[in-house]
Amino acid sequence: MHCPKCRGVMRTYTRNGVHIEQCDNCRGIFLDYGELEALSNMAANFQAPPPAAPAAPAWGAPAAAVHHHHHGAPHHRPHHGSVFHMLFTT
Amino acid sequence: MPSTLLASLADLGRTTAGPAGVQAEAEVVYDRHSVLVVRVGDVVVKAHQPDRDGGPLLQRRMEVAAGLPDLLLPPLGPRREIEGRVVTVWPYGTPVDPAGPLPWEDGGRLLATLHSGAVPVGAPGWGRPARVARLVSRLEDGPSAAEIRRAFATLPSWIRGETAEPEDGARCLIHGDWHLGQMVRDASGAWRLIDVEDLGVGDPAWDLARPAALFSAGVLPPEDWERLLGAYRAEGGPAVPVAGDPWAALDIPARTLVIQIAATCVISAWEGDRPLEEPEIALVDACRRISTAGIPA
Repeated sequence: MHCPKCRGVMRTYTRNGVHIEQCDNCRGIFLDYGELEALSNMAANFQAPPPAAPAAPAWGAPAAAVHHHHHGAPHHRPHHGSVFHMLFTT
Repeated sequence: MPSTLLASLADLGRTTAGPAGVQAEAEVVYDRHSVLVVRVGDVVVKAHQPDRDGGPLLQRRMEVAAGLPDLLLPPLGPRREIEGRVVTVWPYGTPVDPAGPLPWEDGGRLLATLHSGAVPVGAPGWGRPARVARLVSRLEDGPSAAEIRRAFATLPSWIRGETAEPEDGARCLIHGDWHLGQMVRDASGAWRLIDVEDLGVGDPAWDLARPAALFSAGVLPPEDWERLLGAYRAEGGPAVPVAGDPWAALDIPARTLVIQIAATCVISAWEGDRPLEEPEIALVDACRRISTAGIPA
């Protein structure tokens, strides 16, 4: 097979199951149908997972304290008392 | 509140509401902190706080709201003066039901869209979060007040009101005082923001400051905070990075609001001669962690 751009000789490489034709002369690469998608899927899988974001600022309430304030109930309901004022008023 | 002002606001409401307003009862929907809000049918009339800027700045903010009717409830007509008070007229919007599901996602989307739009011509600067220094200066001496003052000392000098505000912050149109009381459904059922008095150009992180503060203090459940932040990010809100650590952007606004809310609670308890409630104690505890974390801004 010859390079469609410079007529050089194309050589086939196989990388992780994807066949890639590369021109020995101009180094151009020819991809068959679906190969670009296969490559980008592979690239996505190789990306390291993003580092876990800090869930709270350094001075945030320790997770245990969130429940400590609430006597077993998961949280105060916001429809009355001080939590209502904190959420609904300036 | 003088009853003649109430009658005058009700009259203005009836006139604005037209034929539908003639039969409508005037209902006081808010009467605190020298603000009187009266509803007449589909119209709401608000007499503003006498000591706030009710002049050209308020007029400009109303014009900004009128230009963004998909985000902010648009005013009905210009500002007026009645019995020496600045008065504005608005369509009635249905407030959030505190006992029902809370519209965190809708809030996140509205704020993200507000922050992402072009800054309207004529929008005033937001300035600085002025309430915190005012509230801290009103604290009576006591152990909680001491904790709050120590946390206040970690804030940047421009927030403490000692130096000019920096010029380098992100420049977006921001609501300026966002909380769930600033969300209403309009006649079509769509969520809109209300209260333009702090609307201006500033760092959008300040619109997330109150929920960020309440989450950090352990008062707002993490799920609620994540619903708000997730919707804000999904809508492309610029206050925080799309992924990764939001706290570099939110730390100072959240710290400021922890201190502001703690001061509000301690003043309210002192004025009401009552002990602090548990969530209020959680805010003072957060102030203690802020000062002991030893991280001056």
